[in-house]
Amino acid sequence: MTRVSIKVDGVAYSDDVEPRTLLVHYLREHLGKTGTVVGCDTTNCGACTVHLDGKSAKSCTVLAVQADGADVTTIEGLATNGQLHPMQEAFHENHALQCGFCTPGMIMQSLDVLRDNPSPTEDEVRDGLEGNLCRCTGYQNIVKAVMAASKGGTA
Amino acid sequence: MTVTEDRPTPEVGSSRRRKEDHRLITGRTRWTDNLQLPGMLHLAMVRSPLAHAKVVSVDTAAAKESPGVVAVVTGADIADVQGSLPNAWPITPDQKAPPHPSIATETVNFAGEIVACIVARTAREAKDAVELVDVEYDELPVVLDMAAAAVGGDLTHPDLGTNVSAHWVFDSAEAGTGGDVKAAIADSDIVIKRTYRQQRLIPAFMEPRSTVVDPTGEQVTMWSATQVPHILKLMLALTTGLSESKLRVIAPDVGGAFGGKLQVTPEELITLVVAQRVGKPCKYTETRSESLLTGHHGRDQIQRLTLSATADGTVTGLHVDLLADMGAYLGLVTSGVPVLGAFMFNSIYKFPAYRFECTNVFTNKNWTDAYRGAGRPEATYAIERLMDELAVEVGVDPLEIREKNWIKHEEFPFTSVAGLEYDSGNYEAATAKAKEMFGYDALRAEQKERRDRGDRVQLGLGISTFTEMCGLAPSRVLGSLSYGAGGWEHASIRMLPSGKVEVVTGSSGHGQGHETAWSQIVADRLGVPFDDVEVLHGDTQISPRGLDTYGSRSLTVGGMAVVAAADKVIEKAKPIAAHLLEANADDLEFVGGKFNVKGTDSSIGIGDLALAVFAAHNLPDGVEPSIDADATFDPENFSFPHGTHLCAAEVDTETGEVKVRKYTCVDDIGKVVNPLIVEGQVHGGLAQGIAQALWEEAVYDEYGTLVTGSFVDYLVPSAADLWNFEVDRTETPSTTNALGVKGVGEAGTIASTPAVVNAVVDAVRHFGINDIEMPCSPFRVWTAIQKASSGDATPTDKSVVDDNALPSHNQTTDNIDPVQTEGGSPA
Repeated sequence: MTRVSIKVDGVAYSDDVEPRTLLVHYLREHLGKTGTVVGCDTTNCGACTVHLDGKSAKSCTVLAVQADGADVTTIEGLATNGQLHPMQEAFHENHALQCGFCTPGMIMQSLDVLRDNPSPTEDEVRDGLEGNLCRCTGYQNIVKAVMAASKGGTA
Repeated sequence: MTVTEDRPTPEVGSSRRRKEDHRLITGRTRWTDNLQLPGMLHLAMVRSPLAHAKVVSVDTAAAKESPGVVAVVTGADIADVQGSLPNAWPITPDQKAPPHPSIATETVNFAGEIVACIVARTAREAKDAVELVDVEYDELPVVLDMAAAAVGGDLTHPDLGTNVSAHWVFDSAEAGTGGDVKAAIADSDIVIKRTYRQQRLIPAFMEPRSTVVDPTGEQVTMWSATQVPHILKLMLALTTGLSESKLRVIAPDVGGAFGGKLQVTPEELITLVVAQRVGKPCKYTETRSESLLTGHHGRDQIQRLTLSATADGTVTGLHVDLLADMGAYLGLVTSGVPVLGAFMFNSIYKFPAYRFECTNVFTNKNWTDAYRGAGRPEATYAIERLMDELAVEVGVDPLEIREKNWIKHEEFPFTSVAGLEYDSGNYEAATAKAKEMFGYDALRAEQKERRDRGDRVQLGLGISTFTEMCGLAPSRVLGSLSYGAGGWEHASIRMLPSGKVEVVTGSSGHGQGHETAWSQIVADRLGVPFDDVEVLHGDTQISPRGLDTYGSRSLTVGGMAVVAAADKVIEKAKPIAAHLLEANADDLEFVGGKFNVKGTDSSIGIGDLALAVFAAHNLPDGVEPSIDADATFDPENFSFPHGTHLCAAEVDTETGEVKVRKYTCVDDIGKVVNPLIVEGQVHGGLAQGIAQALWEEAVYDEYGTLVTGSFVDYLVPSAADLWNFEVDRTETPSTTNALGVKGVGEAGTIASTPAVVNAVVDAVRHFGINDIEMPCSPFRVWTAIQKASSGDATPTDKSVVDDNALPSHNQTTDNIDPVQTEGGSPA
């Protein structure tokens, strides 16, 4: 067991974990942060995307011990005081989700896309979301949501 | 109270943002894999790496010693309870099917089949121990080629004595719905024979399947990532012998399914049985690799087609001879999938004679079953490809040949040659709208211009004017097709004393937006605010009756049950309202959520009435203190959505790369409850249908190993692969239900595949190419162009489908490429 100290959604945690524990399993099983999900085992689908020190990371491909000392934000940490994050609002308003399984990762990655490029073109949004798979929406409304969030300059 | 006095617009028809979104965008979801119960144990499966072998021995000793392992369970250990997984659709009385144990006992019949189950304290410890189970196999010959398997050779299941599970026939002459197809073909000027391949696909829902079973307490509770909790409950009870009333199945939030979770899986049964054995809650969650390997696959047919027509292009006959690969077993509706397509090959066209036959074949591959569209995409693909061929033969535009043959809007209701009564439709209107949005004539002009100057990038236009049968299904029809259940749906409405309304539905949504759409329907029907309606579903204890969600049935059947229940609430409330208003019931009208005494200002809202009923202080004599109501709706007919889909694809003739430039579709799904949700369904459906045309294929190697066992190899499209679709609608209400609705869940998938492939073929037809096997990868397109350019065009290719090996319909199959891909098969 190895001791890790990780700040997740604004709360500092310190836990003993097996060295092989993936960050996503630490989040889900140790902290109950089940908003972040596992969709594959090859880093293709992006459903587990979180922010690691402010940048998007697929938490299935990071060991918890690698995140020691890091500041992690999950989908559960986006809304503040019951107020949805503008990107969450944009996904809702533009019907950018159906089953919603990819949505946490998709929203976290969308924020990263806009962090890199606050006024992207649609093609740039599509390229930026390439590592996140959705099987329900055909992506059209996801792209629309990200564009909407970018236009307002809110994200 | 909750009655809205002056709601400005009806809810039905408005683009309400979805109720279910909030929990999904904040991570407040209840996926099955989230569940943690006290003392919960974790399962991992030991799976066969071989496609066909005798299981000589299973040595679990080392695994049992592994840290954290509580038990290791083999097929022999649960032989007394595991039974055989169900097939609910024996399509013929003599259908052959092997026993299907959840944990193999004597043989394994596809790579990935379970041979043992590890039970451990953590998921990681369970997975660690998988490697320690020593299974000795005795390899058997592997059967992979369905065409060869259909006529003999090695057997997938030697005990059956054949690889053929069933042969099913529909013949319009025998059914009295049309003429004799052989005579029609013999008498026709034009006879077009083609063989098309429907490649094997994987549903690839985003949430891997997961099951948790809590055996503590009097009733066993199962949570499962399923789209069919009611069917699952019944089938597990029947299979294991557990009393149906001792099992509660809950489908919590379910992350997509597309038919892929319309199943009773070995893993669900094993988790149930093992949890009961060890007496502790157990969880099994598959990895994505396991999901792709063993979650049921879809499609996988060889379609041998003959279409005949007069010289002017009027269709005279259609003969469809299918081979359908079942894989190793018959799942819940595996055998019925081709039959669902049987009624749709004739599509919107007035064929006077039609014959459909399919041969269901076993191979040593994962079993196939329902995948979005289930039978209808295959049928639509075949007929829409053939109509293009007919247009070429006659020398007219493909839209013209369709219009010449389709049912005119004034001809509805129309009984098709397959015996279905199409209640309504307007193919002219949808096509005209699509054509204009698409800029059809300008694109045709550009195509000609590029062709004339020999442009490296050629343009092709693809058309698909489709219909489908959806709203599965009238129970009588299902009975006539030997399906094991009915097609009704159930709903209950509970009028709470606070004025809130609970709607219980037997539909089991998993991304469709039922909570929103049902709320809209009930808000209008009962005149209550949208936000006051709570939709409950997916739990057999809360929703005891239901037949779940598949086949674009939820709104047309489940939504109608909700309407019927709401109408019963009003009916039950009326005498009570009359009593409270001291009026005659005949003098009351129910408008905007209130009972009014006609011609007076005396009224009572339904919410106030619900409170009065709850108190029950002042009810008419002999009236029960409840206005709650149940209803079960069984449709009398299917509904028949249709539409016109147009695709413009650019093909780089030097690289074979296909780039879709424009995709326009106009769907007619009748009345629309929520346009936003409808549009989303179409987008997602298109993406899956287009993916079949261009990218996706489940590939096995010569040993029967799935080589597309991860998202690295199985190419689910990303945002970067796709583009924006132009989506619009026409509205011809269905007359088969009071809402006037049709289904939309599968339309995009059904229509889009042939539109794209027609576009690709159209772009390169001048090379002499009339088919490119799906998925139309750059390699395949490039190869087709190379062969054609070297004078070795596809029409003269020797097919891998040995004509002499075919069980029937022995004719030239002149356009099929060898069944192999660039990534998979050996030379």
